[in-house]
Amino acid sequence: MSPYRSETKNDSFLLSVSDLSVNYGVIRAITEVSFKIKKGEILTLIGANGAGKTTVLRAISGLIPPSGGQISFEGFELTKLAPHEIVQKRVCHAPEGRGIFLNLSVEENLDLGAWSSPDQHSFAQDLEHVFGLFPRLKERRRQNSGTLSGGEQQMLAIARALMGRPRLLLLDEPSLGLAPQIIEKIFEIIQKINQEGTTVLLVEQNALQALQIARHGIVLETGRVILRGTAQELLDSEDVRKAYLGE
Amino acid sequence: MALEFLQHLVNGLSLGSIYALIALGYTMVFGVLKLINFAHGDVYMIGAFVGYFSARFFRFDDHSSLTGLFVTLGCAMSGSAALAFLIERFAYRPLRKAPRVNLLITAVGVSLFLQFTGQLVFGSDPKFFPQVYVPTGDWSYGELKINVLQVVVFGISILLMGLLQFIVFKTRLGRAMRAVSFNHDLASLMGIPTQKIISITFMIGSALAGAAGVLVGLIYPKIDPLMGVMPGLKCFVAAVLGGIGNITGAVVGALILGMAEELLVGYWAPTYRDALAFAILILILLFRPTGLFGVNRTEKV
Repeated sequence: MSPYRSETKNDSFLLSVSDLSVNYGVIRAITEVSFKIKKGEILTLIGANGAGKTTVLRAISGLIPPSGGQISFEGFELTKLAPHEIVQKRVCHAPEGRGIFLNLSVEENLDLGAWSSPDQHSFAQDLEHVFGLFPRLKERRRQNSGTLSGGEQQMLAIARALMGRPRLLLLDEPSLGLAPQIIEKIFEIIQKINQEGTTVLLVEQNALQALQIARHGIVLETGRVILRGTAQELLDSEDVRKAYLGE
Repeated sequence: MALEFLQHLVNGLSLGSIYALIALGYTMVFGVLKLINFAHGDVYMIGAFVGYFSARFFRFDDHSSLTGLFVTLGCAMSGSAALAFLIERFAYRPLRKAPRVNLLITAVGVSLFLQFTGQLVFGSDPKFFPQVYVPTGDWSYGELKINVLQVVVFGISILLMGLLQFIVFKTRLGRAMRAVSFNHDLASLMGIPTQKIISITFMIGSALAGAAGVLVGLIYPKIDPLMGVMPGLKCFVAAVLGGIGNITGAVVGALILGMAEELLVGYWAPTYRDALAFAILILILLFRPTGLFGVNRTEKV
């Protein structure tokens, strides 16, 4: 056996997506998208509106069946699993547009986030943890989540995903429609979550901010990967600067 | 005069509480599937028949007892729940991704199927519902007479509604049901098995209808395979009146409808009894389509 074999076998990739294609009816949303995420990193998927970023996340979570390709997470083929089974593998998804249950209280939302958690003992502990990250949510824990501000709703969506103790956290446009100071704060928290050991797949239109906290980045355009590299490479790339950073 | 009015209110309350049990099923199924389950009235009919056969099987009609009543209720509720499971599994689930109107037409089809299968199997002539529980005497407060059976029926309805309220608002299952009713995809991202929750919701709503079938059998002891048609439509109106999808709304709407019917019969025009619900439906659709407790949820694009 080659000494390198165990090195490569030691699978430092948490998630690998290969040749993923998704159709909505006759319309092709994404075409042969491939990428890998290393354990512990932040990978960002950037691109314009309609490039297919959300579709990639929805396919990983099992919400839409891919028309081709594989999604492998820690050796499990996710394309064969139902959404609730994928959550049990601890792939947690904070959907775009602050997807929270507006008819439930803050605490009930967080409780649902822990639905798949096998250990109810850890619930109180996890709750303390997310309240530590988002003190505002603790103040409003009994409030109906529909009464929260946009920033607080986004925080709740992330906090709820954390309640599932994610090994992989999928974040869909956490900056959408928020004021710059709040975006700043949310990105700080994402970085903190990552430093605590959670691998993050961050979908963003806000390329500059996303690339500043990510290690690697991928650029999607009309459903295809057109560029990939380290965050620094993308920040330096002329194409990216022109197209996404407004220079 | 005041006494007569009170008497009508008491009657209305007991009728309304039975309506409420049926209306809850409409509203719960609408909550999770956004479907008006037009077969719901027929599930109530089947509940009454399961009650009928189990009461005869156990010979509960020989002597009146509360145990007999509860066992009959239990059988009827389990029977309706089992039927609901089958309906959901084989009629509605295959259409989960189909346009909503297909589902609606299927619901009407299931309804007709149950009505005519009922006629085929049970015969179309009315049957006398076994009087499993016949309390003796009335409670009198001066001139006001309250039938003990009415009180028992009202009590059981309130108990079941309380139980439902507890399940929906205090348990994990209830939280999952509310999550699914808000958004299926979002609920499944929490790890909630949405299919299973939809199925359970169907079963709980139908069990309540089955209970209503037995309670009606006690008060108006004549059951037949088409008995579900009118109450089914009326309770649908009650659910719309309260704001469909809203549990409190269904109960309030049903109580209002029950009392309104009773007052109409008592004071004005008994022949218009069955028309009243539809007059209410027209008015509510014209002036407050979201119902009394409904909120207008604008859908974001």
